[in-house]
Amino acid sequence: MPTVLESLNHGLHQLLDADARVVILGEDILDPYGGAFKVTRGLSLRFPDRVFTTPISEAAIVGLASGLALRGLRPIAEIMFGDFLFLAGDQLVNHAAKFRWMYNDGVRVPLVIRTPMGGRRGYGPTHSQSIEKHFMGVPGLWVVAPHVLSSPGDLLRKATLECDEPVVFIESKTCYSRQLLGGVAQMTTATLVDRPSPFPTLHLQHDDGSRPDAVMWCYGGMVPHCVEAIQYLRSAEGLSVDLAVVSQLSPVPSTHIRRILDTTRPRVSVYVEEASIAYGWAAEVLAQVQEHSGSVAGPIRHERIGAADSPIPSSRELERRTLPQVDDIVTRVLECF
Amino acid sequence: MRLDVCTRTSTIAEQYGLLMSIRLFEQSLLDLFATGILVGTTHTCVGQETVAVGVMSAIDRERDIVFSNHRGHGHFLAYCGEIERLYLEVMGRPGGVCGGRGGSQHLHFGNFYSNGIQGGTVPVATGMALAEKVKRTGAVAVVFLGDGTLGEGVVYEAFNIAALWQLPIVFVIEHNGYAQSTPSALQIAGRVAARPEAFAIPTIECSAADVRDVLRCATQAVDAVRAGGGPRCLVCHTYRLAPHSKGDDDRSPDELAAAWERDPLKVARAAVADHALAIALERQAEERIRVARLRAIDPGSPSP
Repeated sequence: MPTVLESLNHGLHQLLDADARVVILGEDILDPYGGAFKVTRGLSLRFPDRVFTTPISEAAIVGLASGLALRGLRPIAEIMFGDFLFLAGDQLVNHAAKFRWMYNDGVRVPLVIRTPMGGRRGYGPTHSQSIEKHFMGVPGLWVVAPHVLSSPGDLLRKATLECDEPVVFIESKTCYSRQLLGGVAQMTTATLVDRPSPFPTLHLQHDDGSRPDAVMWCYGGMVPHCVEAIQYLRSAEGLSVDLAVVSQLSPVPSTHIRRILDTTRPRVSVYVEEASIAYGWAAEVLAQVQEHSGSVAGPIRHERIGAADSPIPSSRELERRTLPQVDDIVTRVLECF
Repeated sequence: MRLDVCTRTSTIAEQYGLLMSIRLFEQSLLDLFATGILVGTTHTCVGQETVAVGVMSAIDRERDIVFSNHRGHGHFLAYCGEIERLYLEVMGRPGGVCGGRGGSQHLHFGNFYSNGIQGGTVPVATGMALAEKVKRTGAVAVVFLGDGTLGEGVVYEAFNIAALWQLPIVFVIEHNGYAQSTPSALQIAGRVAARPEAFAIPTIECSAADVRDVLRCATQAVDAVRAGGGPRCLVCHTYRLAPHSKGDDDRSPDELAAAWERDPLKVARAAVADHALAIALERQAEERIRVARLRAIDPGSPSP
């Protein structure tokens, strides 16, 4: 299986090959450097007219992408670290996200802002955050995250060509080097897609078909940790925990959540994210689960797992204690039983 | 795209007619606010109409792109002449340019766009110029900013990229002397023109006192950009005669009285030369505005 990085790089090559409207923007993306994380490697040599390396100007990068999208192109811009998205906050919230609606649906803004997010690399307080929650719930702005259980390159293609909305595409930087998982042993994967959104939610269930003891919700960089925790809980503790992996973080995929709830009718619902918990993705999904729980018999116990409420320390040991680990997930699930 | 007859501006008479239409439109908005018929906010371009008419007369409106700002009614009317639909938009009616969603500061019609955030429009317009360059359409983008906008850092990100990539864009700085209530002396260090020039963007300065000067300088800038010469900046020295928004004006009566004496519309009227023609043009503009306004505020119109 390819790595996440290879999948994304291959996806970008294919997009530029297949569609003349696709243009790439970002800092340090020219070969031989090929981007800080090498996701754009090889693009500038093959497509010199449609790959633009920019100054260190995050707001302008996103502004350029909006202008390109408004005039019929399909820009994909890279923001080198997700932490830098705040520099482009006005462009995302007051420009890209609003144009379509405030111009009475007279325009479309099909742009993708790719950015690596998350910690576990010892990069410290300003290069390790998971700040995507600040861009969720912004009307008109979509937040999407690839993961190791399905092709990131394919998700990027969907974001670029099958979605007419501005998409912030959150890539876990620790997942770049991970190989894609074809699936999880002894679990069956169902793919939920409700058009017009092209972004799927995966629902993994243990093969024995029994009602699960719990459902675990996650996205992006927490997927490998959740898979490991679920396999441990199954083999060591005999607990059957379903895994729901969301790729569309915002707008919240309510219909997927409802269908998974109807299928599983869980007593315990666990939400895992790498960001600090307060006001996060998990809070919104928890609210959706609770609001749709009319179809579920009995009360649901909810557990949110995420980072401590502090900046991310540079020290590897302090960082390890700040971010959610597999042990934390296992412990919290076991506390429910 | 249908362009209203009032946007024909090949002669000074036609330019004067359009200047008057914009002036009367803006003044009627202030009246409608004063009487409580209009709510929300607005920023009128009273005193700055020559920039709108001069620049819009210099571009090819069938293909060029205009990105306007919070003070954009003049730009809009000079671009397309959709007086009634602009009234309806400001009134929040479904028949407005953007169905009442955008209001005064958020307009889109043809290749005209506007947004109410200072500075943020400049990289977007720069991206549009890049798109046209990639598509090889020969179109030029024009983005309007004010001297107050120069306080926003993103403007310089866009200047830099437009110059680096030699993009087909004209930055029009309407230097009206004030950022809301703050005079230029308290918010701009150095010369305004030195800022684009620092990025090697050739910059033309002109007085907006005479619409013909604006048209001449804007034409020079647009033609140079279209010829592939990279970006240009046009600094128009002008003055805002009305408040920043509706009633927020603390400037001295003496200053305002002196400025009204130098009203660019007086210059344009004198340039028409034929007194009877000038009066006829004024009547025409009055009638145009009166009819559009009546239709827009007709209580029989559907409300959202």
